Amino acid sequence: MEALGNHGGFILAAYLVSVVVLVALVAWIVFDGRALKRRLADLEARGVRRRSAKGPS
Amino acid sequence: MGALETNSMSLTDLANPTRFLAFSGAVLPWLWGAAIVGLAAGLYLSFFVAPPDYQQGETVRIMFIHVPSAWLSMFGYLLMAVAALGTLVWRHPLADVAAKAIAPVGAAFTFLALVTGSLWGRPMWGTYWVWDARLTSVLVLFLMYLGLIALWRAVEDPGRAARVAAVLTLVGVVNLPIIKFSVDWWNTLHQPASVFRVGGPTIDASMLWPLMIMAVAMTLLFLALSAMAMRNEILRRRVRTLELAAAAG
Repeated sequence: MEALGNHGGFILAAYLVSVVVLVALVAWIVFDGRALKRRLADLEARGVRRRSAKGPS
Repeated sequence: MGALETNSMSLTDLANPTRFLAFSGAVLPWLWGAAIVGLAAGLYLSFFVAPPDYQQGETVRIMFIHVPSAWLSMFGYLLMAVAALGTLVWRHPLADVAAKAIAPVGAAFTFLALVTGSLWGRPMWGTYWVWDARLTSVLVLFLMYLGLIALWRAVEDPGRAARVAAVLTLVGVVNLPIIKFSVDWWNTLHQPASVFRVGGPTIDASMLWPLMIMAVAMTLLFLALSAMAMRNEILRRRVRTLELAAAAG
């Protein structure tokens, strides 16, 4: 902290906010993706298919 | 001509959501790897190699995260505007997916630009905020991102939401030159451009290199997050289609 001079608190706060925002963004995107894959798998397990999806060969 | 046809074919292929999923799935690990290595190198240079500024002292280290965030806030909106053209003019199948996916990523980087700028402004200007042309126009950009995200959520039909959001996105593009040139057109507290300017950068190489490496690394991070969000949006639309099919029996 001392190495960052008189305004070290502002420097650390800027980087801390950046880390928190970016980690939250990554977590939101990852968890959203996982939830969507679960919903899609659930629908497909129930036999619901898109018209464009190929049927079983 | 042959090369043009080949390129055109590959772009058309990528426009297919299924092919985009396969392509992005292969590229994303490399994108993440490059972003992490770039951020590690950039942060090391920013904190341990770049010297303190002769006026700002150690506070200049905030610039290594603030400036790339500010650039990416505009870059994100520019990508959304290109996607909006794709929606309205070419009816590109991935255009609205891209615009909708980029919006929250762009909003996050704009928020970071505003907050880190404020945290730099307090010790350097003596205030967290002034209603200066640059700061105000970036705040307007942040509000535009939030407005577009709200619009996509409010309109249930994705096709209608895409067209309305595309029109609004293109109207909002007028804010980008205002942000860029606000420091030249008005007498503002925010300093003028010091990297991308006629006559070259005014920053010493010892600070310019860490800044550029951080900018490249954060751009890679932005692209990786946007690609992941696009993949989610494709899946969301597939889920919606299947749920409608299931409801119709």
